[in-house]
Amino acid sequence: MMRRLALALMLALAALPARAAVSPDEILADPTLEARARGITKQLRCLVCQNQSIDDSNAPLARDLRILVRERLKAGDGDSAVIAFVVARYGDFVLLRPPVKATTWLLWFGPALLFLGAAIFLWLRARRRMTAPVAPAPLDADEQKKLDALMGGESPRRRGSP
Amino acid sequence: MIPELGHYALVLALLVAAYQSLAPLVAAARGHAAVMETAVPAAQSQFILVATAFAALTYAYVTSDFSVANVAQNSHSAKPLLYKITGVWGNHEGSLLLWALILTLFGAAVATFGANLPPALKARVLAVQGMIGAGFLAFMLFTSNPFLRLDPAPPDGRGLNPLLQDPGLAFHPPFLYLGYVGFSMAFSFAVAALIEGRVDAAWARWVRPWTLAAWGFLTVGIGLGSWWAYYELGWGGFWFWDPVENASFMPWLVGTALLHSAVVVEKRDALKSWTILLAILTFGLSLIGTFLVRSGVLTSVHAFAVDPERGIFILGLLLLAIGGSLVLYAWRAPALRAAGAGLFKPVSREGAMVLNNLLLSVAAATVFLGTLYPLFLDMIGGGKISVGAPYFNSTFVPLMVPLLAAVAVGPMLAWKRGDLEGVAARMRIAFLVTVAVALLAVGLAGDWTNALAGLGIGLGVWAIAGALVEWAGRIQLFRAPLADSLRRAAGLPRSFYGMSIAHAALGVVVLGITASSAWQTEVIKVVRAGESIQVASYTLRLSDVREARGPNYVSQLARIDVARGGQPVAVLEPEKRRYPVEGNNTTEAAIYTTWFADLYVVLGDPDEKGGWVIRAYHNPLVPWIWGGAVLMFVGGLVSLSDRRHRVGAPRRSAAAEPATAPSGTA
Repeated sequence: MMRRLALALMLALAALPARAAVSPDEILADPTLEARARGITKQLRCLVCQNQSIDDSNAPLARDLRILVRERLKAGDGDSAVIAFVVARYGDFVLLRPPVKATTWLLWFGPALLFLGAAIFLWLRARRRMTAPVAPAPLDADEQKKLDALMGGESPRRRGSP
Repeated sequence: MIPELGHYALVLALLVAAYQSLAPLVAAARGHAAVMETAVPAAQSQFILVATAFAALTYAYVTSDFSVANVAQNSHSAKPLLYKITGVWGNHEGSLLLWALILTLFGAAVATFGANLPPALKARVLAVQGMIGAGFLAFMLFTSNPFLRLDPAPPDGRGLNPLLQDPGLAFHPPFLYLGYVGFSMAFSFAVAALIEGRVDAAWARWVRPWTLAAWGFLTVGIGLGSWWAYYELGWGGFWFWDPVENASFMPWLVGTALLHSAVVVEKRDALKSWTILLAILTFGLSLIGTFLVRSGVLTSVHAFAVDPERGIFILGLLLLAIGGSLVLYAWRAPALRAAGAGLFKPVSREGAMVLNNLLLSVAAATVFLGTLYPLFLDMIGGGKISVGAPYFNSTFVPLMVPLLAAVAVGPMLAWKRGDLEGVAARMRIAFLVTVAVALLAVGLAGDWTNALAGLGIGLGVWAIAGALVEWAGRIQLFRAPLADSLRRAAGLPRSFYGMSIAHAALGVVVLGITASSAWQTEVIKVVRAGESIQVASYTLRLSDVREARGPNYVSQLARIDVARGGQPVAVLEPEKRRYPVEGNNTTEAAIYTTWFADLYVVLGDPDEKGGWVIRAYHNPLVPWIWGGAVLMFVGGLVSLSDRRHRVGAPRRSAAAEPATAPSGTA
């Protein structure tokens, strides 16, 4: 048990280094095409690494994918066609920007919903406070009893609360 | 013998913690002053015991006692002394011990210096600290004991991951934990306040210094981690939205919100219940951060299943601490809302703080969602997805835009009702300067179409300008005689300076992030000895690559002469190291830092024809990121030294004592 956990941790750590990846022989001669390739490879996950794009992993698989992306670009594919090509092979897992679909609605719209919900809540509360800010809630029977007890029974120094 | 002593001390510490978590609490409810007071020696002795255990483990590391399993697994006799010591917390068990050490240190500090706290509040705070301590010590003793022995002892240890053998990372965990654990004080005060049923300005004044200190340490901790990633991982990136990084970033975001809302409680007696909730969430996220990173769940859901004993213990602790305090909150918080207290208009200092809290909380929730969503989806069988930097760039970053826009203006608004038009008039020149600098920056970079970069630069400048304008306004600069202004400047409270420094520092960080992300230059080439490459305005000439030997590694060391305009400016020596014991390689980047940029060089692999791959980067303003983080920490320290935290540490009057406390104890 312990050894397997230790191994998992070590693998995780071992996958961390060496983020510098692209080697000179991969770089395309056409700078516009190369820039597009970099843009695409930054969005594709290195499947055997932990949270690294293929652009900054020097795992052999990442290199193969980088070369594949550049080949597709040289063949004249558009950016989205290249990405679709890679997704068809490896699935959504390869995308560092997850696709928007039913299973990721919460992920994509959660922050905006939370922000809007909280903002509306705050706005309503501010408006309520502005329209009827004066009268504090009247005491209920229980509180009234407490107050009477305090006023009646306690020493006066208890009243000077800040 | 000494490891057994440490083990024994840890057991005793658990017993003391168990006592401390129960007795003072009951005593406070029943009004036994004498029993409440026992929380003080309990907290102090708990610290001494954990410190003893820590010293024992450190001793085992320094003397390379490989009969201790933890030392054998994580150390090696050939390691430099510094990394033998820092290796103590470079692993799961040891880092938990460090956590407990800091926790008990803070507990002992409250016990020792909290003489002006109302006795019942102090007893309850220390009891909650005792509970956290008991949870951690039990976790350690039952599932992660650092003192277990090996028989027979191996001849030598397995060594420490070379990546961790680095000064930046050696001190990253202690600072991070000082931050995480510092928030435990805010948490304990929050829970104690819920039990007592009162939150007032005095309470906020006790909480604020702890929150400030914790926030400052966490800032440094995150900064160190990011700095390490920058120079060690070898391509000049400084933030990867890695789950491990996010785990420390979430408590920072919520902690920053807490820092601000506590001010409103202190000054205006508003946002009380919200502040309590933030204190609970901040520490809750710190706990989640510690455990997520340490349990390996983030690597994969399966790491959790590999070691279910630890996993279940962790889940139980999290549930108890966070769930328990949230239940307590739901039950008691409604009682805290004083009727009619601290009303304010939307445009006011309070309103600005609420906006700050809204944006920071949603930002933290976004990071939380992005970090845990893949795990969650996988668990419910929704398939495997990856959430990486592109997600955070399009969800988190937009939230920072209004935050930065507001950070300059918020401090200028008056409490209760602010005058936005007046602020707009004061900021007119600053706005023009901001636009001019942003245009100048994109112009200098020759990147006219990059509106986002321009916006980033503008927001950074805006934050700095706001801090300066407010300072100039407060001291009547150029409107009063200079001597008069200087006198006013000296008279401003330190908390004002702290805030201004921290806000300006945020601007500095944003400038660094924007410029280095937008305008990094990268050159990757095969270079032979004697050949040169051009990076930005620098010429880099590879003079040779030779073998070198360190204390526990061998390396290939390149010598690169850097010149600018024909003048030599630096010699850079990037390295590729191999650690034979651990069987790992690391790349050591060489960096030439100036005020405005880093020249960053990495030595890659050799080719067959005597050439070497050289990766060189020109990272404009990147040093500002860490300079800004340090400046934020300084801001925190300056604010911490404000006299109201020293002298003004308030006493609640006897009359204000909660009814549960026995009369006459204050």
